Amino acid sequence: MSAQDIILSSGTSELTPAAQVRRKLSKVAKLFDATKCNGCKACQVSCSEWNDLRAPVGSFQGSYQNPMDLSSECWTLMKYQEVERDNKLNWRFAHSACMHCDDPACLTACSTKGAIVQHANGVVDFDSDKCTGCGYCVSACPFDVPRLDPIDQKAYKCTMCSDRIQVGQEPACVKSCITGALKYGTREDMLFIADLRIKELRKRGYVNAGLYNPEGVGGTGMIMILHDINKPQDYGLPADPKTSVPVKLWQDVVKPLGAAGIMATVAVACLHRITVGRNLVEEDEPAAFDHTHEDKSDKE
Amino acid sequence: MDRRQFFKLCACGATTSAISALGLMPGTAMAAPREYKLLRAKETRNNCCYCSVGCGLLMYSHGSNGKNAEKAIFHIEGDADHPVNRGALCPKGAGLVDYVNSPNRNHFPEVREPGSNEWKRISWDEAFSRIARLMKDDRDENLIEKNSDGTTVNRWLSTGMMTSSAQPNEGGFITHKFARSLGLVAIDTIARN
Amino acid sequence: MTNHWIDIKNSNVVVIMGGNAAEAHPVGFGWVTEAMEHNNAKLVVVDPRFNRSAALADCYAPLRSGTDIAFLLGLCRYLIETKQVNYEYVKAYTNASYIIREDFEFNEGLFSGFDDKSRTYDKDSWYYELDEDGYAKVDETYEHPRCVWNLLKQHVDRYDFETVSNITGTPVEDYEKVCALIGSTHVHDKAATFMYALGWTHHTKGAQNIRSMALVQLLLGNIGVLGGGVNALRGHSNVQGATDMGLLCQNLPGYLKLPNDNDTDLTTYLNNYTPKALRPGQTNYWSNYPKFFISQMKSFWGEHATAANSFGYDWLPKWDLQYDFTKHIDMMYKGQVNGYFVQGVNAINSMPNRNKTLAALCKLKYLVVMDPLATETSVFWQKAGEFNDVQPSEIQTQVFRLPTTLFAEEEGCIVNSGRWMQWHWKGANPPGESKPDAEILSGILMKLRELYKAEGGVLPEPIEAVNWAGYHNPYFPHGEEVAKELNGIDLKTGKQLDSFSQLKDDGSTSCGCWIYSGSWTEEGNMMARRDNSDTSGKGITPGWAFSWPQNRRVLYNRASCDVNGKPWDPKRMIVEWNHGKWHGIDVGDFNMTLPPQESAHPFIMQPEGVGRFFSLKLLAEGPFPEHYEPMESPIGTNPLHPNVVSNPAVRLLEGVESTLGSHNEFPYVCTTYSLTEHFNFWTIHCRLAAISMPETFVELDEILAAKKGIANGDWVKVSSKRGSLLTKALVTKRLQPLKVHGQMVHTVGLPRHGGHNALTRRSYSCNVLTTEVGDANTQVPEFKAFLVDIAKAEGV
Repeated sequence: MSAQDIILSSGTSELTPAAQVRRKLSKVAKLFDATKCNGCKACQVSCSEWNDLRAPVGSFQGSYQNPMDLSSECWTLMKYQEVERDNKLNWRFAHSACMHCDDPACLTACSTKGAIVQHANGVVDFDSDKCTGCGYCVSACPFDVPRLDPIDQKAYKCTMCSDRIQVGQEPACVKSCITGALKYGTREDMLFIADLRIKELRKRGYVNAGLYNPEGVGGTGMIMILHDINKPQDYGLPADPKTSVPVKLWQDVVKPLGAAGIMATVAVACLHRITVGRNLVEEDEPAAFDHTHEDKSDKE
Repeated sequence: MDRRQFFKLCACGATTSAISALGLMPGTAMAAPREYKLLRAKETRNNCCYCSVGCGLLMYSHGSNGKNAEKAIFHIEGDADHPVNRGALCPKGAGLVDYVNSPNRNHFPEVREPGSNEWKRISWDEAFSRIARLMKDDRDENLIEKNSDGTTVNRWLSTGMMTSSAQPNEGGFITHKFARSLGLVAIDTIARN
Repeated sequence: MTNHWIDIKNSNVVVIMGGNAAEAHPVGFGWVTEAMEHNNAKLVVVDPRFNRSAALADCYAPLRSGTDIAFLLGLCRYLIETKQVNYEYVKAYTNASYIIREDFEFNEGLFSGFDDKSRTYDKDSWYYELDEDGYAKVDETYEHPRCVWNLLKQHVDRYDFETVSNITGTPVEDYEKVCALIGSTHVHDKAATFMYALGWTHHTKGAQNIRSMALVQLLLGNIGVLGGGVNALRGHSNVQGATDMGLLCQNLPGYLKLPNDNDTDLTTYLNNYTPKALRPGQTNYWSNYPKFFISQMKSFWGEHATAANSFGYDWLPKWDLQYDFTKHIDMMYKGQVNGYFVQGVNAINSMPNRNKTLAALCKLKYLVVMDPLATETSVFWQKAGEFNDVQPSEIQTQVFRLPTTLFAEEEGCIVNSGRWMQWHWKGANPPGESKPDAEILSGILMKLRELYKAEGGVLPEPIEAVNWAGYHNPYFPHGEEVAKELNGIDLKTGKQLDSFSQLKDDGSTSCGCWIYSGSWTEEGNMMARRDNSDTSGKGITPGWAFSWPQNRRVLYNRASCDVNGKPWDPKRMIVEWNHGKWHGIDVGDFNMTLPPQESAHPFIMQPEGVGRFFSLKLLAEGPFPEHYEPMESPIGTNPLHPNVVSNPAVRLLEGVESTLGSHNEFPYVCTTYSLTEHFNFWTIHCRLAAISMPETFVELDEILAAKKGIANGDWVKVSSKRGSLLTKALVTKRLQPLKVHGQMVHTVGLPRHGGHNALTRRSYSCNVLTTEVGDANTQVPEFKAFLVDIAKAEGV
């Protein structure tokens, strides 16, 4: 059964959209309220547990933050910053994972059809089987989220637990969150709750409390309440993220041009195959040409 | 991959991406990339073994609970019905599946002989027999039946016990009856630290 | 906990002190954020470190580790001075008006009756003045100079803001803020809760830390009410159950006492532990002691317990000294112990003074380790470089390692901090040949029986008599069978009891643990109930599991209403007297057939029915708390009384004094703790936890780091008088030096984590550094405040 809810898919254009008749599904969102987070890492561990990811056991690097960075085996990471404001120490915790942008730069940058899709509910999902490991999504992401796996050379990131969401459950990270700093629901509900909470926070003395839902990427599927909306850098967030100009150019101009080049490449590949043989090619790029993946998606 | 398959793939793959890049091919709808893994897994209710908040757990194991499937736990998450944790778990609780399946679990009774530098696997019967022998020899030699005033005290001080505070009450009560019936006084629990 | 986890949502001020709920009890902390969000509660955190609880606090105040009593007695003084006292509550439900004996006194840090040589008190004077009927005298006018209220005022008078700040290092402005917030709950419609754990117990005056807080809560009228209470967060998942099961050297299950040498026979024993009422008309619940005890002996010895043999009383061992683990390890060290069982504890990394513990284990003839995990304790004889520097060939201990099941592989009940007895179910078979602890101990017991039968021996009777006959398979008592035994049965009818009120002292009832009565009745397993409905909206879920005693969720709840049965705050009604009857959302913690005036003694376990500002003879170091320095003090004196620096009543085992360091040699305070990612020595074997915190470290402030030339991430050596370890430095703003008695005191923080036999990076265990001197009452070691030095070092 196909999802029929893909409102955006990499490697396609508006003229030939993916099957998306279920596009009226309401959008969902994760709301991260930094003012309620105590940096416990339940979200981080639940993410790895649910998604069967086990990053290597690292070493102490001078922080509570472990692992030190997102990776293909760590899709959600708690980040820690000690910040002094008005002579008062603040320990800022950031839930770092995919923002699920409405206008996802990763998807725009990706040229492989269906490797990155956006479902009607707003979730940006990687179908890593289709990924060719080019890394464009990695460099395009304004939040520095996707990572290539060093072994299979595929890109990975938070899926917002699309497998849980499709059966009606909340993402694993949200379910675990002990203080309610993470919430999940329709985007409408999350915006409403965020609005109330921000008013409450302003009453409690956080006059600059606000919602991080950056316009530059069309808004995000993970929205964040920050103590001080003017200081997103306290949480390691960019002040004004947007899809970069080269990425936009790539999608709108270069890619169509490149298609012609690809046709030429096919011809060369065939010639190469006939004259030289397959051994070298297979050794160079075994994962990228793993036929089992192709077979599987053919059946679906 | 044989020669023919490779050729087919190479051609198809390249053509597909080229055509789709040109926007010439209708999109094929895709299912969600990963199937939900718990659909009919056996679910068992339990409580977290770490701190004393006592969060409710749902543990998922292989098989349908039929007699021929060996249940092994592959996922644990919070029990949303539990009034204290309402589905939430801390990072320790959220990682419990790796505690249950730790590579450092003990599997068999073992003994390390005096002066030895290695473990030797033994049977449970051998373990029980040897431990009982050592205990009886010590108890027979060192049990104090009466103190200097002639009061019956029946205490055995030369063996002691540090007891578990993670086992259920029922195991705890068995431990208590076991220890006191032998005359052990020096029993303690990690409640003190 | 007098209350329970969900009840925290009803608080107006949550005080986290002597604990770090956000890290050590994270999901419980979720109810703090609930209170903050939905009850507009304020969170106060008092801790030497700005921790993850402090990160969300409305008000954080630092204090020097080991000075909590000064902090809290200063708070008592402030409350009395500023009249932020719940006077009605204090008058009705505390011993404020009781008159203390004339010979009681407190002078220069010592209470009356101190004996220098034995370091103990003769406590006779720490008692009420009694009238001719044996009742305590009271003065309702509060004019008597020796009534508890006046003695209390006098005692705390020394703790003014400057004195407190001088001892604790807490800046006065922070202190005032904390005092004002907590004081705001003295009114009837507000309550504060205190959440504490090992941060208060790991001191040489741990019990008095908690007493100090209890004084505050009594002054504010915050005990027995929704959102209030004295809330010990506890440690392990079933440490509450383990203490209920009496797994301590001087206990029996249900907080009954293991007899000692003075309890020469059953009658004497029962007389010694069955208190007489100290005021007229008391419930004095411990007057039922004989019923609890005889019923317990019936469950211990079955049909072998008869009136003729004093129900097997003589078979119980009697103690002459407190044989807690520190004492027993000391005996082991001196070669007086041959055998040791270690069940589910990584003893070698948990006991204070690792080097001594290691030497002690080497002297054993046999060690039996029962554990699901391959702990460092089981391989104490293996050389592991500097981490465990031994020669296996020189160690003659026979070591047995027996694999046990863990929670997921067994059924049974564990008890959370809120006294909820929750039943759990088995989800999988254990790996290999692992067995539950009960099966292992039964296997050994059956072998012992065979040996005693075949060979005879010393005192075989209790081994024969101990009641295993009730289990369908004596080699493997099932959880359900034992749970029913704990609940108790009527031996005449064979029916499960409904409640401990049915217990008899004539041998006609059997009950393993009286407080558990009602948990498995004729109706079935009450602990397995799963109705989570909370009809009152106050977090009381009577249909979920079973809360001992009697399914009561809030202890001392008679104190939630006034003498006439009217709730202090209608919004916080737990019970109320209405139309000639008691009604409530919880089971009343009193005899609900009595009218309000007759039941107005909420503290029914006390023979005078009231909360005690003056704790009589219960604790070793005094009836009032007093500030004493840690055994290793960074200032080397006590600003209040330089002649009595630290707790005068601590036990100093032979030779231990020489293992204590001075502030000249070891100038920095060290405190140990766990972080959110840590659970003792279990999470180091769990890959997901190891990933989230892979290695040990020590936390220190920026000023100390600069002084010592230590940069973030550098290797450092931390040493105490007892040993040293290498670890990495985390230089942080979250620790700050404090100005104490004219000097700057730096604190270094050492998470208790890691091992040399686990999935995390190989590391030293922090108990290499810690001292074995413990609380004068409980002997809990002073893990939270000792002295070290720190220096930059080469890595491992």
